[in-house]
Amino acid sequence: MVAVGLPERTVTRRPPARRGRRAAGRVLPLVPAFGLLALFFVGPILWCVYASFTDISLTGAGASSPHLVGLRNYRQMFSDPAFAKSLWLTVVFVIGSAVIGQNVGGLALALLMNGRHRIVRAVVGGIVVGAWVLPELVAGFMWYAFLSDHGTFNAILRAVGLHGGSWLYSSPLAAVTIANVWRGTAFSMLVYSAALSNVPDELLEAASVDGASGWARLRHVTLPLIRRAMLTNLMTITLQTLAVFTLIFVMTGGGPGTKSQTLPIFMYQEAFKFYHLGYGAALAIVLLAVGAVFSLVYLRAMRKEV
Amino acid sequence: MALASPTAPRRRTAAVAAYAELAIVALAFLAPFGWLFLASLSTSPTLDTSIPDEPTLRNFADVLTGDNLHSLANSLVLSLGSALLTLLLAAPAAYPLSRYGRRFGRPILLGLLFATGLPVTAIMVPVYGLFVQLDLLDSVPATVLFLTATGLPMAIWMMKNFMDEVPISLEEAAWVDGANGLRALVRIVLPLMVPGTTVVFTFTFALTWGNFFVPFILLIDPGKQPASVAIYQYFGINGMASYGLLAAFSILYSLPVVLLYAVAQRTLGNAFAMQGAVKG
Repeated sequence: MVAVGLPERTVTRRPPARRGRRAAGRVLPLVPAFGLLALFFVGPILWCVYASFTDISLTGAGASSPHLVGLRNYRQMFSDPAFAKSLWLTVVFVIGSAVIGQNVGGLALALLMNGRHRIVRAVVGGIVVGAWVLPELVAGFMWYAFLSDHGTFNAILRAVGLHGGSWLYSSPLAAVTIANVWRGTAFSMLVYSAALSNVPDELLEAASVDGASGWARLRHVTLPLIRRAMLTNLMTITLQTLAVFTLIFVMTGGGPGTKSQTLPIFMYQEAFKFYHLGYGAALAIVLLAVGAVFSLVYLRAMRKEV
Repeated sequence: MALASPTAPRRRTAAVAAYAELAIVALAFLAPFGWLFLASLSTSPTLDTSIPDEPTLRNFADVLTGDNLHSLANSLVLSLGSALLTLLLAAPAAYPLSRYGRRFGRPILLGLLFATGLPVTAIMVPVYGLFVQLDLLDSVPATVLFLTATGLPMAIWMMKNFMDEVPISLEEAAWVDGANGLRALVRIVLPLMVPGTTVVFTFTFALTWGNFFVPFILLIDPGKQPASVAIYQYFGINGMASYGLLAAFSILYSLPVVLLYAVAQRTLGNAFAMQGAVKG
């Protein structure tokens, strides 16, 4: 995902024009990259659209000769309470861990770090970014251990006189949400740190002289100035969080039952565990469509940069 | 002598509060790491977090068996393969997009930017179908090609932005001398954007190294699976019995990307933090 702070566009002058060769010179270098994208990116999406209208499966009759079944997969999906629940869990997960957790947390961290001592920034930033650089699988294991019955979190709670709990069983969605906040906050922090460094000090000083409180300075000076960074950040982390699979897969596997089964996990289970490839494809289309909508909003925000 | 500002004491209190809050945040972010490090040094670790009586590095020695080393080598093949292929495809594609005006490049760039937003997770269902039909399942080269394709939109976009910063005047001289676009790219532009190329390489490498879902679906033979999948299978099979080994293996597996990021961050500074502000 792109962060903000794109370089200024340079004015390009045209290289010497020689008509036919010029067109070839422009298009040919694009061919290998876009050929690969057509085969492994666009192709599968088109196939997915087709498969979502068939009863294709990995075993049984649907495996050898899939039939077109019209909208059956979609009808099944929209009348499937498991889908409705999964969609709801996904919305809660995305809003909780991205829009609120990572976004607000990242902004708060960037504000706290702004203007602090260099070494403090390096140490705290290093730890937060460390959580982000770590492979998702390892982060999943760590949080599984951290929240387990005898894990660190319960030990800390007991140390301060509170009761522990079986967090992964009693509140799996909250558990994966917090783990995802832990893992992803660094990205928002980096985006906001860069945006804050572009807010002129004089403006804040002037507001301060005029008697604006810290909160008022943030609301009326800082936030309006970093609005674009906020919008791109929100779009980026929403799209990333929508696709989170490994973290949830390792921590809860979508369970217990279906209590943390977000759309990617639901899709995985339908397609690869129950071998309903057609139904899985329909779910994938929904996920892609939701991603496409957010991506278009993101594109509108970025349009001026291209 | 400077007069003390009336707000100075308040400011100092605010600073102290900010440092206290930062300390709490740092500890909170650090806490989940605790188990990983302590368990990796313990002879009989559980999911409890306890200081091992006799810290040992035996887990690290024990986990470096043939199979596990093999899986790390597989990770290296997949990551290096997709990172190099990405550069090889993204550099020539970015060149005309950067050099030939907006009317030509803009629709393509918008399309690429749109593609970066699509959830790769969702594409795994159709890609699995495609791989089954083309008999590509369990093929390492095909997996490298797919991994390259998923990272390519972002890589081209980043390359194009880095390329924009290389002034065109240098190439114009080369054009006058009769060099074609490809020659100008290889001889003049790429040498001037080594930091940008490094960022794209690091980003693609780290993304593939950390990827679990793609090889988990596309590679079946344990002899071909990368470390991410091997660790997951290992955990599933040995479970409770071997937390020490699991922790040690996880640390060894994480080390390369953490080091790569640290080195890139140190040498490339802000260029990396911003252009490469990317997560896998």
